[in-house]
Amino acid sequence: MTTTATMPRPARAARHMPGEEGIWVFIFGDLMMFSLLFGVFLFYRRGSVELFTQSQTHLSQTFGVLNTFLMLSSSWFVALAVRAARLNMGRTTPTLLFMAFGCGVGFVIVKFLEYSEKIRAGITLATNDFFMYYFIFTGIHLMHVLIGTAVLVFLARSTRVGEFDARRMRNLESGASFWHAVDLLWIVLFALLYLIK
Amino acid sequence: MRSLLFSRITLVWFGLVAATALSWGMGHGFGFADTRHAGVTILVVAFIKVRFVILDFMEIRHAPLFLRGIAETWFVVACATLVTLYLGAPSGPAS
Repeated sequence: MTTTATMPRPARAARHMPGEEGIWVFIFGDLMMFSLLFGVFLFYRRGSVELFTQSQTHLSQTFGVLNTFLMLSSSWFVALAVRAARLNMGRTTPTLLFMAFGCGVGFVIVKFLEYSEKIRAGITLATNDFFMYYFIFTGIHLMHVLIGTAVLVFLARSTRVGEFDARRMRNLESGASFWHAVDLLWIVLFALLYLIK
Repeated sequence: MRSLLFSRITLVWFGLVAATALSWGMGHGFGFADTRHAGVTILVVAFIKVRFVILDFMEIRHAPLFLRGIAETWFVVACATLVTLYLGAPSGPAS
């Protein structure tokens, strides 16, 4: 009886909610919406495997891999930035956030190159079901990337001066969590659209 | 700076990049006679990557248990549903 009163406390105290609770409601809502889209894609793929597989050969895996590398690296920089803020490493946090922003901009540039390549080849949203899903899913994701890069700039600017008090730390963690969600959605999108046959 | 870089976060990033290269190879059918086996492996590897992003980058590993519970439940349900839907499709040339 005495052990139950004393044992769980240290473990509980060590647990930490990253960012605001509200950001997690938003992130899980977003994950649910995308999961539904992923499910719809695989459900309708069942009826036209050959069309989907054939259409997939027109996607550039090089662009896909490059963007995956950019997203993963961007997420890594953001995770390091949060850690640097906890260690109170001064300008290291905004520098890392700007590096993450650079990767985000790189992702957007690659995506525009990819879209323009498709459009020049006469491939659009109306070409077939596969490309409809491709443009809609990657388009919604790209909007997340654009919002995320704006958040990264805001965070980088706001962490340039002063101490990391609890409020600024929470803001940083909230923005970082959103950016990591954008990264993880791309990981699944890349597998679904570019890789599985 | 050393304590910042030489951390679990960097190890996870390295693993994620390596897993991406592996999945890319599998997308070209390396090591698999059946594309469906390659497809399932690609999906599972993608979700393992997602789990590392959630636990280590998003710091859910040390988050309150209810948050980790929601994340782990989403992970299992989404991965299982997508693999099931993928396997429900006829395999291209064999069908």
